[in-house]
Amino acid sequence: MISEPFESDEHQLESATLGMWIFLMTEVLLFGALIGIYVISRMTHADAFAEGSRHLDWRLGALNTCVLLVSSFTMAAAVHLARHGRRHKPWLVLTAALGAVFLVVKAFEYRDKLGHVHGDLFLAFYFVMTGLHGLHVAFGLATIGLLVAFGRRPNPVEMTGLYWHFVDIVWIFLFPLLYLQDRA
Amino acid sequence: MRAYALALALLLGLTVLTTVLAFVDLGPLNAVVAVAIATTKAVLVALVFMHLGRAGRLAKVVAVGGVYFVLVLVALTLADVLTRA
Repeated sequence: MISEPFESDEHQLESATLGMWIFLMTEVLLFGALIGIYVISRMTHADAFAEGSRHLDWRLGALNTCVLLVSSFTMAAAVHLARHGRRHKPWLVLTAALGAVFLVVKAFEYRDKLGHVHGDLFLAFYFVMTGLHGLHVAFGLATIGLLVAFGRRPNPVEMTGLYWHFVDIVWIFLFPLLYLQDRA
Repeated sequence: MRAYALALALLLGLTVLTTVLAFVDLGPLNAVVAVAIATTKAVLVALVFMHLGRAGRLAKVVAVGGVYFVLVLVALTLADVLTRA
């Protein structure tokens, strides 16, 4: 199904892909600036950050990393099947389920840490960075929900896939930055 | 599908590697290794799952451009902070 301004399926997909990458570039700058400030604050407050990081449970962080990586795989499978006109929605549901697992684990971590955030610079960074990332996961879940309920074309699945993989990449950097500081 | 499965196996393996290495004292190299592994994982996701290699040339420029501007941002900010008396 081709929309008005496009000449062909390929043209439409290429335009959508470019638009998505431009959007993702703005997201790279958003998270990149946050990570930059984190790195600088870590240099000026090395002890506080090492101490704060050691108080996070790295096992939950590692578990959530694996959950998101597997969800990226299921999303890639969904995109592949949608592109070939095969049944892809079960894979979308699986992806959303894994995303939900991620948020539940995060909620347990938040419950433990929320009481200690006052006056703690590291935890302030922890909450802002994981919170912003968590919002992105939640938005991804909502989008996947819409795809499962109303989706009929492959392109929206592919664009949601790009977004989902990007959110995965952000977590790939957040995990060692937040959980694995000064463990040795 | 096989490429996706292989990429997933590599990504999970690298996650184990970065976690294990974080507990080994490498001095200042700990941070370098962590960032190098994370970057490798990110490139894997971008190339295999996001098909960046197959995307149009303009999309590639945009993707690399985003990373480039973040590096400029962080490098110039560090140049300020690290050279303060």
